[in-house]
Amino acid sequence: MTGARVMNGQTVTRHFRAERRDVGSHFFTALTGLSTLFILCILAVILINITWNGWQGLSWRFITTIPKKDFFDISTTGVLPMIVGTTVRVFVMTFFVLPVGVITAIYLTEYAPVRSPVTRIIRGAVNNLAGVPSIVFGLFGLGFFINFIGHHMDTILRSPEPTWSHPSILWASLTLAVMTLPVVIVATEESLRAIPMGLREASLALGATKLETIIKVVLPQALPGIMTGGILAVSRAAGEVAPILFTGVAYYMADLPKRLTDQFMDLGYHVFVLSTQSPNIEQTRPILYATVIVLLALTFALNVTAVLIRARVRKRLRALG
Amino acid sequence: MHDTTLKPLEVGRAASAEPPPSTGKVNFIEVQNLSLWYGEAQALKDISFDIGERVVTAFIGPSGCGKSTLLRCFNRMNDLIDSVRISGTVKIGGHDINAPEVDVIELRKRVGMVFQKSNPFPKSVYDNVAYGPRLLGIRNRSELSAIVEESLRKAALWDEVKDRLHESGLGLSGGQQQRLCIARAIAVEPEILLMDEPASALDPLATSRIEDLILELKRDYTIVIVTHNMQQAARISDYTAFFYLGELIEYGPTRKIFTNPSRKQTEDYVTGRFG
Repeated sequence: MTGARVMNGQTVTRHFRAERRDVGSHFFTALTGLSTLFILCILAVILINITWNGWQGLSWRFITTIPKKDFFDISTTGVLPMIVGTTVRVFVMTFFVLPVGVITAIYLTEYAPVRSPVTRIIRGAVNNLAGVPSIVFGLFGLGFFINFIGHHMDTILRSPEPTWSHPSILWASLTLAVMTLPVVIVATEESLRAIPMGLREASLALGATKLETIIKVVLPQALPGIMTGGILAVSRAAGEVAPILFTGVAYYMADLPKRLTDQFMDLGYHVFVLSTQSPNIEQTRPILYATVIVLLALTFALNVTAVLIRARVRKRLRALG
Repeated sequence: MHDTTLKPLEVGRAASAEPPPSTGKVNFIEVQNLSLWYGEAQALKDISFDIGERVVTAFIGPSGCGKSTLLRCFNRMNDLIDSVRISGTVKIGGHDINAPEVDVIELRKRVGMVFQKSNPFPKSVYDNVAYGPRLLGIRNRSELSAIVEESLRKAALWDEVKDRLHESGLGLSGGQQQRLCIARAIAVEPEILLMDEPASALDPLATSRIEDLILELKRDYTIVIVTHNMQQAARISDYTAFFYLGELIEYGPTRKIFTNPSRKQTEDYVTGRFG
């Protein structure tokens, strides 16, 4: 074992003495086990703490009520608009990020010349995009989508009042889509590259065009991998607050959003509001914990749904293809 | 339909007689001064010869001698590799297949290919065979079913898969998968079948079935087969071309190549002294 050799220095590499190897390998097993246990403990503490403190605040009424302006009162408040807002923005984001990400990945793996500088620049850009802090995406969304695109759309469409040039579900979702683009691109690229060249050649040798080959042979095989990318994107986006801060989220809305150009309330942002804006911290605490439970449950539910769909696709591919 | 018992491998089943009087053109495929480079490395050196219609022609030679590369010139699969450059001409039925007006998609429908590693699509047996016809725009169910059945029968696979047409092609055995690939290739009714070591990954029984099949298929198709297996070339081919380091060393009736080659290198190779 590598661990054993590092632990005991040169002697072990020359005389493989059983008891020394055992000491080293036991130590390494213990070390990796402990690290895993540590992580599990942290997760357990977080979940237990949240459940313990938030349990009393949870009720059917809580998750189905649209709260009044003063949402710091445990007996009347609710989180329905936040559940709706977070869910809708995640779905709208998925709707945009999947096609764009998949098409980009197809270009990079199937069409782009392998060693060209342009391809290298695009790959670098995608990787850098993944490293940009999410608040910067928020500012980008405000500057690009709202102040530039939205503004011009209002001008061109002659809107009687600002329709597009203000924060909305649409712009927040698009900002999140830009942020999660690298996740989808990288996951799709990996699944495309895993498809044997022989399958593409078989299709081309039968007189299929490149496009026919991609649509009929390559993409169906890559579907589970693409969905993994989608799942990662959803996980990342569901809890993000920074990118929607300037691009769509509202502190309070009396009603549920009706159009994509409406603002929305959001679970993650609501947690921030509850913990920083409350006039009475002690009184707000149960609401805060209950909201966090709802946020975790919603993220979990979105993930499970996607994983189940992927499992079905995999099963179909295996059974019939 | 075909013999299922394992018979001892007899050498020269096809080649024992003189090459049959070909019913087709003797110069169905014409290769003239063909050279090919991968970047700077020259893989084919000034190759010229003609391949007859409806006969089996075997390409033999040690690894890296260019035989697969030449095979892939006939359906322009080398187009897929960016660094490939060719000079000289390849004509099929008198038409230069590298001419600018030639539609490579159309060419590949007329020149089918079977690969070394069997590569059925992860689709049902039926959909594998129907893939090519569907590309041709055939949508009619009964027409498709007829093509699928006929192709599977020609590939000597029908009896084994007729009850599992809608199960995955990947569930078949290695030899069945390769025959499925042959069925898939002939479903678009090509004139030429290119086979790149089609039996190299198969056991002797499966290999012998593929060989029987090839002898069966040459009545309808012009077959060019790359093989590492000298006995196989001797058993199934009418003509043999021996390549070495990108050059065509010798080409002629298989019987002559194996019993009375005119070049020393050919003799050394077919008698197993090198390669």
